[in-house]
Amino acid sequence: MTSRGVSPTGIRFENIEKRYGGLAALRRIRFEIAPGECVALAGRNGSGKTTLLRIAAGLVRPTSGELTFPSALGAVAGATSRASKAEAVRAKVSRGFVAHATMVYDELTAEENLLLFARLQQTPNAAARVERLLHEVGLFDRRASLVRTFSRGMRQRVAIARALLHEPSILLLDEPSTGLDPQGVAWLAATLRQLCDAGCTILMSLHGESEISMLATRAIRLDAGLIVADTRTGAEVRSILTFADA
Amino acid sequence: MSLLSSTTALLGKELRTEFRSRELLTTTVVFILMVIVLFSFTFDPTYNESRRFGPGLLWLAFLFAASLMLQPCFLREQNNDTLSALRLSVSDPFAIFLAKLVANTLFLLFTEVLMLPVFAILYNVPVLRVLGQLLLVFFLGSLGVSIAGTALSAISAQARMRELLLPLLLLPLLTPVLVSSTEVTIGLLEASPYVEWKGIGFLVAFDVVFLTLLWLLGEYLLEE
Repeated sequence: MTSRGVSPTGIRFENIEKRYGGLAALRRIRFEIAPGECVALAGRNGSGKTTLLRIAAGLVRPTSGELTFPSALGAVAGATSRASKAEAVRAKVSRGFVAHATMVYDELTAEENLLLFARLQQTPNAAARVERLLHEVGLFDRRASLVRTFSRGMRQRVAIARALLHEPSILLLDEPSTGLDPQGVAWLAATLRQLCDAGCTILMSLHGESEISMLATRAIRLDAGLIVADTRTGAEVRSILTFADA
Repeated sequence: MSLLSSTTALLGKELRTEFRSRELLTTTVVFILMVIVLFSFTFDPTYNESRRFGPGLLWLAFLFAASLMLQPCFLREQNNDTLSALRLSVSDPFAIFLAKLVANTLFLLFTEVLMLPVFAILYNVPVLRVLGQLLLVFFLGSLGVSIAGTALSAISAQARMRELLLPLLLLPLLTPVLVSSTEVTIGLLEASPYVEWKGIGFLVAFDVVFLTLLWLLGEYLLEE
């Protein structure tokens, strides 16, 4: 259990299809991520990784198929058109999302950004939680600076802090090491390892092998919207992630 | 989190970002000022002439300025994909609209109140004796413009040719608001001022109907 009492939650994709006009971005996506599992998505640009993550985040509605979030306690929260509003809100609360864009406001300071999202997400002791996260991401000394004055790597740190504010039980990451320096990547890998150990379910898209990809216990490779490989075998996981762009 | 507390937090963000960048307010004030000043050169601003042309001119300037002001309302949420972050964070997406339309109404009202003395001086129109009634019609008209404009801004932000789309959708939709607001303002600027209650009633009805529609359909307008 996380400190907010959200039980470990998995993700179940059932025949998910997503079409943009005539273009099929995802086809027959069917797999399940167990609560606490750390899964890496690999594939070329345009293979459907971002679309899959945005569907899992609840930002994009699939053209067809079902997305559910079975918890370790047996409860299932849905995020499809058939889910009730209360279920959708519960599913939303359990997810944290780091997108390719930073999803923070340039005209607000790092602290103001985090406080805003903490209040919207009803984070208990918001000010203390924000202060702790600012220390963790190494931006406490720059907390009063506008985000637009930050480098890409610093913005990425704010973005990661925003996604972790409400201690989600599912973390979705779209190329999370974008802009981070080697120290930043090491910090992120350590943070994700702690979250994995605490039972957080992680689904992340990656390009190439790094300290972060070492955390993955399963790798799924997409090609033109289809799953072409799905493995939990250590050597195969490394192979898929190493040759992700091949 | 209640709708009210989400809206308050988001409204604080809207006001803070605007007062730091001053993009919307500066554009709106300069645009209205230019229209009012330029038109004052085109006819003799005697009292009778001003009563005939002034209110319509004033509301047209407000409307065009509003279409400029509303354009970036959702567009700037796309820069860093912050709209997605808001959608993931709020339990009721209507809070996003409510905060934006309250902020837009406040910005419009602020601009209108700032421009009223300029209009009164350049067009030789006494406004002090009907200031309360004028502020009421400014509020109802601006609220209508903001409600419809905020909804259409959310739609147009995701479309191609978005810069053209918003005015094309907004101006015809707001024609009834323009006509009613102008009629009420004409009545207030008469030698013997009177309140055109039919116009006030129409503005209230427009605001209520469109606010209800936004509440019912807002969630769908935010979807990708």
